[in-house]
Amino acid sequence: MEAPLLHLALVGTPNSGKTSLFNALTGSRQKVANYPGVTVERKEGFFVTPAGRQVSLVDLPGTYSLRGRSPDEEITRDMVLGRTPGEAVPDLILCVADATNLRLTIRLLLELKNTGRPMMLVLNMFDIAARRGVSVDVPKLSEALGVPVVTSIAVRKGGIAELLRRTDEIAAQEQTPAGPNRWQPLTASQLRATQREADRIINSAVTLPAKPDTWTAQIDAVVLHPVAGLFILALILFLMFQAVFAWAQPLMELLSSAFDALGQFVHDTLPEGLLQSFLQNGVISGVGSVIVFLPQIIIIFLFILLLEDFGYMARAAFLMDRIMGGAGLHGRAFIPLLSSFACAIPGIMATRVIDNRRDRLTTILIAPLMTCSARIPVYTLIISAFIPDRDVWGWFNLRGLVLFGLYAAGITSALGVSFLVKFFMLRDYAPAPFMLELPDYKLPRLKSIAIGVYTRAKMFLQRAGTTIFSMMVLIWFLASFPTAPAGAEGPAINYSLAAIIGKAIEPLLAPLGFNWQIAVALIPGMAAREVAVAALGTVYAIEGGKEAADQIGHVLATKWSLATALSLLVWYIFAPQCASTLAVIRRETGGWRWMAVTFFYMLALAYLASLATYNIAVALGAG
Amino acid sequence: MSEQTDIRTSQPLGLAKRGYSGVIQRLAVADAASALAGHELESRLIELGFVEGARVEVLHEGIVGRDPIAVRVENVTIALRRREAMAIIVA
Ligand SMILES: Nc1nc2c(ncn2[C@@H]2O[C@H](COP(=O)(O)OP(=O)(O)OP(=O)(O)O)[C@@H](O)[C@H]2O)c(=O)[nH]1
Ligand SMILES: [Mg+2]
Repeated sequence: MEAPLLHLALVGTPNSGKTSLFNALTGSRQKVANYPGVTVERKEGFFVTPAGRQVSLVDLPGTYSLRGRSPDEEITRDMVLGRTPGEAVPDLILCVADATNLRLTIRLLLELKNTGRPMMLVLNMFDIAARRGVSVDVPKLSEALGVPVVTSIAVRKGGIAELLRRTDEIAAQEQTPAGPNRWQPLTASQLRATQREADRIINSAVTLPAKPDTWTAQIDAVVLHPVAGLFILALILFLMFQAVFAWAQPLMELLSSAFDALGQFVHDTLPEGLLQSFLQNGVISGVGSVIVFLPQIIIIFLFILLLEDFGYMARAAFLMDRIMGGAGLHGRAFIPLLSSFACAIPGIMATRVIDNRRDRLTTILIAPLMTCSARIPVYTLIISAFIPDRDVWGWFNLRGLVLFGLYAAGITSALGVSFLVKFFMLRDYAPAPFMLELPDYKLPRLKSIAIGVYTRAKMFLQRAGTTIFSMMVLIWFLASFPTAPAGAEGPAINYSLAAIIGKAIEPLLAPLGFNWQIAVALIPGMAAREVAVAALGTVYAIEGGKEAADQIGHVLATKWSLATALSLLVWYIFAPQCASTLAVIRRETGGWRWMAVTFFYMLALAYLASLATYNIAVALGAG
Repeated sequence: MSEQTDIRTSQPLGLAKRGYSGVIQRLAVADAASALAGHELESRLIELGFVEGARVEVLHEGIVGRDPIAVRVENVTIALRRREAMAIIVA
């Protein structure tokens, strides 16, 4: 007889290693989806126990209690209590604890016991605990808590066998069903009592070393120093931007010449005609011009994932809290905003750790102003076409500096917008508290970083293969039809639908210095920013023939004035050109209103800033 | 108004300097001008381990107004603002 699917849920305080354990148990058999209604990632994985039982495992956001103060904590609470529609009540809760830091998790576990669900305590990070001289009397702890206790080293799959064996054991005892749910929100004095009880149990079963983690203390002495700490933070950010520009270059050139060769191959093998034009101009030069930026996207995600895994992000939030407070932002907003440098979508989703609704809303509104990786293709293309590759002050690269300036402009405008929101819209604002655990530093795990970078790269390529590809087909079609009448003068594209549409919008954008080719590229660029680069690639390729397709940068340099280029750069700092971001804002804020606010304020900013840039540049003689 | 005897040495953690170490005496949420309601602030502080008898040490301070502070509570490090730390009476 087939046993029914066993439902397991991972619960624990933040940073206790739930996701690592999830990965260790399920390997690649994971699927990521959204909880209905809210955009919180729902991670479910599957595995089979030694006894042959099918298990479904869900990874839940970290929490200190079941009170559910913020959207992500509510997910955990509802899941544990079986209140999530369409989700099974977990048959077994795996309560994951950082073995070096048991106090808060044991208190959570005592609270979880009230739910009546069967439970097992997993003492994770047992390697670190052992190294640091924490010794745990596991049988005694298990007896005092009244739940089975196992140890594990999630990142090395240590202890997994025992965990699975115990799971089978618990699953086999079907005659002892789950107890009744007696959980209710605890009052302060009950919380106190459970913490006391937890401390008492820990004292009886755990011996702690006299000294805390010296590594963490030594690193923090520098990294959290009021002055040196901020300097280091600025240095890290600066390094990140230089890396994105300088280190990625060789790889990008390699990719770029590969696509050129491919285009050339298609050109040489296929007969002149529609199919040749479609493959070479539409597909290869369009999609290729986006894929070229994969190295830069990998580098930016690599930096962010490394900082996250190391445990630096919480420190950055600590350093920036009061500084961002001046602009009406919460210290916790720093992490979502920093991830928005990679992509605004995970950034906006990460705002769910902010419990105060206003703080969260402000952060969501400004997250798209952070320079996401999709802007990199646009920036890089224009910068390399117009900004000379020169060293300034010895060791700074001028292009790197311009890129840094664009990032800085994004940050500054985000802070400005947040300040205005606080000042005009949320006047009666009392700063919500900032309380955050600073976890011990951990050596980043190559494997988990690799998994993270791989997933992001895959998402980028999938986008290139779907959204960008379909947009490119559209652009190619618009730019190729109708064909030029016989005996017409000038490039054929001038007679196409694209030209007709572009020229219709051109008057609107002409004050910004944009020509019709840019106008055409900006429309599909509403779907995703990098599409604009691909669209420009296609439009100019069809217009200019083969040599244009090879060197889109060179073509731009001859066709645009510096003022136009600068104006377009500035446009891209602000313009709301990403359909997915807007969709996520709508879901996260639960309505169209804030999505519309975001769209129009960013559009207005983009227009005004580009207008100013173009006119100033022209006045200075760059027209 | 029962702590007249230890009034000499007890103070809110919110006023403590870097390097201060002491033991939590009680939580006085009414004393903190926090945006949170008293019981909510109290619950959160307890959930982060700030209970009577816990050993605390101020490890780091921010640059603006020496705020926020990073506090070692037993063997966990918690960052919080001085405004909320005013609710934690230590000695
Ligand atoms: N040395 C060691 N490091 C671990 C172990 N388990 C997790 N880590 C590290 O601890 C950090 C946090 O692990 P995660 O799995 O992301 O923790 P989490 O519980 O999912 O965190 P949240 O989702 O933020 O609540 C990562 O840097 C892991 O590499 C372990 O058993 N040993
Ligand atoms: Mg996790």
